[in-house]
Amino acid sequence: MIRVELAKLVRRPRTWGSILLLCALPTVVAVFIAVTHVAPAPGQGPALLSAVLSDGSLYPAAALALVLPIFLPIAVAIMAGDAISGEASSGMLRYLLARPVGRTRLLVAKLISVIAYVLGAVILVAVTAYATGAGLFGTSPVVVTSRGLAASAVATSLSGTPMTPADIAVRTLGAVAFIGVSMLGVASIALFGSTLTDSSLGAALGALAALITSGVLVALNSAASVSPYLPTRYWLAWADFFREPILWRNIERGFAIQGIYVAVFLAAAWANFATKDVTS
Amino acid sequence: MIVTRGLTKRFGSVLAVDHVDLDVRAGDRYGFLGPNGSGKTTVIRMLLGLVFATSGEIEMLGKPVPARLREVLPNVGSLVEGPSAYGHLSGRANLALIDAAGRAGGRRTRRRRIDQALESVGLAGIDTRPVRKYSLGMRQRLGLAAALLRAPKLLVLDEPTNGLDPLGIREIRDLLAGLNEAGTTVFLSSHQLAEVEQLCTRVGVVDRGRLVLQAELSALRPATGRVIVHSPDADRAAAELDGLIASRDGDRLVVAEADPAELNTRLVAAGLRVTEIRPERRSLEDLVLQLTSPGADRIGRDPGQPGRDPGQPGGRRPPPAGDAQ
Repeated sequence: MIRVELAKLVRRPRTWGSILLLCALPTVVAVFIAVTHVAPAPGQGPALLSAVLSDGSLYPAAALALVLPIFLPIAVAIMAGDAISGEASSGMLRYLLARPVGRTRLLVAKLISVIAYVLGAVILVAVTAYATGAGLFGTSPVVVTSRGLAASAVATSLSGTPMTPADIAVRTLGAVAFIGVSMLGVASIALFGSTLTDSSLGAALGALAALITSGVLVALNSAASVSPYLPTRYWLAWADFFREPILWRNIERGFAIQGIYVAVFLAAAWANFATKDVTS
Repeated sequence: MIVTRGLTKRFGSVLAVDHVDLDVRAGDRYGFLGPNGSGKTTVIRMLLGLVFATSGEIEMLGKPVPARLREVLPNVGSLVEGPSAYGHLSGRANLALIDAAGRAGGRRTRRRRIDQALESVGLAGIDTRPVRKYSLGMRQRLGLAAALLRAPKLLVLDEPTNGLDPLGIREIRDLLAGLNEAGTTVFLSSHQLAEVEQLCTRVGVVDRGRLVLQAELSALRPATGRVIVHSPDADRAAAELDGLIASRDGDRLVVAEADPAELNTRLVAAGLRVTEIRPERRSLEDLVLQLTSPGADRIGRDPGQPGRDPGQPGGRRPPPAGDAQ
């Protein structure tokens, strides 16, 4: 069943359309920056974008920062929200279950296909961004400081460590993993929604509504008491991989909170789906 | 093959299926009849483990359902509420995907089984067009092919000839009869009564969630003890048979006389012409309409009136008893 789900994912035009869009945004941004040579000042705009002009190999991380706030969660919520309810609304759910495919098995297969999509999307964004970044900006060493990155030109005045290509690769991988896990949190919320309704759109919008609510509350000082438990609270902590030394505190918390969201919502999705009357 | 005992399903406050005791025996061609919304599909969904019963037991192929669905379902081919397929894939790709889902597929034989299933439903020459470009009839055939993929012992089909033209209906009827002769038990729901009458050996009728009848089709259609006569001399025949005429409609007479041969002799002896003479039998349609209430899709102004007047099969309902109009 897992193989069947992966085959369906790969053969689906929507998969490639959404990944294409995800990869296109950072490419467009890179072209603008390369043409104008006007990058956001350090500390402003999306993370790391200010540093890419001097080192294109940082662009994968910058590209992930570009798609992370809106684009990536939308794509993930749509794919995961479609997992069960899409089968229900196309009428295939009843035929799969009557095959028989066990309900738990189907849910696991769907989850794995969503994970494959999330990782595939994040990695493809990183790879195309590396290609555009290295091609348009070239690579030259950048130093990393406790406050983030700085171009080597100004690095002399800061007590930073120059980053080797291997260093960048490891840090970028860490960021990719962190963002992948954050997106899994989104995916589990959407997957749970997908077992509740027969409307894929409803499930995806439900998950996005949860994220937007979380985003608003994180920015709200009076909601500070709940903010450590919100799914988007540590989304941006991946940038801490690009500090020296790496600031593990928020990264660890981010992994933990996403783990809890994944566990809770997957359990809820399973409990609901395994006992649900399939009337679609 | 299928036994249910006291099968009941409640959706919220709605009692969709109410103590249904089905008994489908091996080798049956079982017609499951009833108006729209009477609970047919809910029963079928419970048989396939899609909907869980509120109470009651189900046994399929001798095993309890849903407890042992995993052993039962590989031997069951099903079509529930119309066929479905992934619109962007071809018919063959759809069958391959559905066959690969679940365990009992068998990879090596897949291509051959797909070819066989397509051949038997009349889609042997199918090309690589995506399913979304198929006509309704082609989709229906594809759905049947999916049900036949694993040479099931039991076919559970909900409206199998929906969307097919008369020739298609006949092809499917012949296909199902052939499979049945080869040992497959066929359980099909339908409201095309003529189709059921021609195919099935046994029928069950549901009305508002209850099984109101379950019997051999042959036992349901005895002669009524009346004879139908068509005669161009209907006036004189009516006079000749005075007292025996049960009803008259133009040149069609219903005569209360059990023996058509006797009646024919009498009419001919009187010099009357007879164009058609046959014993009256209740049609399955009359029977079903008599047993069931109007479908749930018929929203009239009159509050629910249980059943129809047995004297007027399929006819208008009389005003409720005690109504002053």
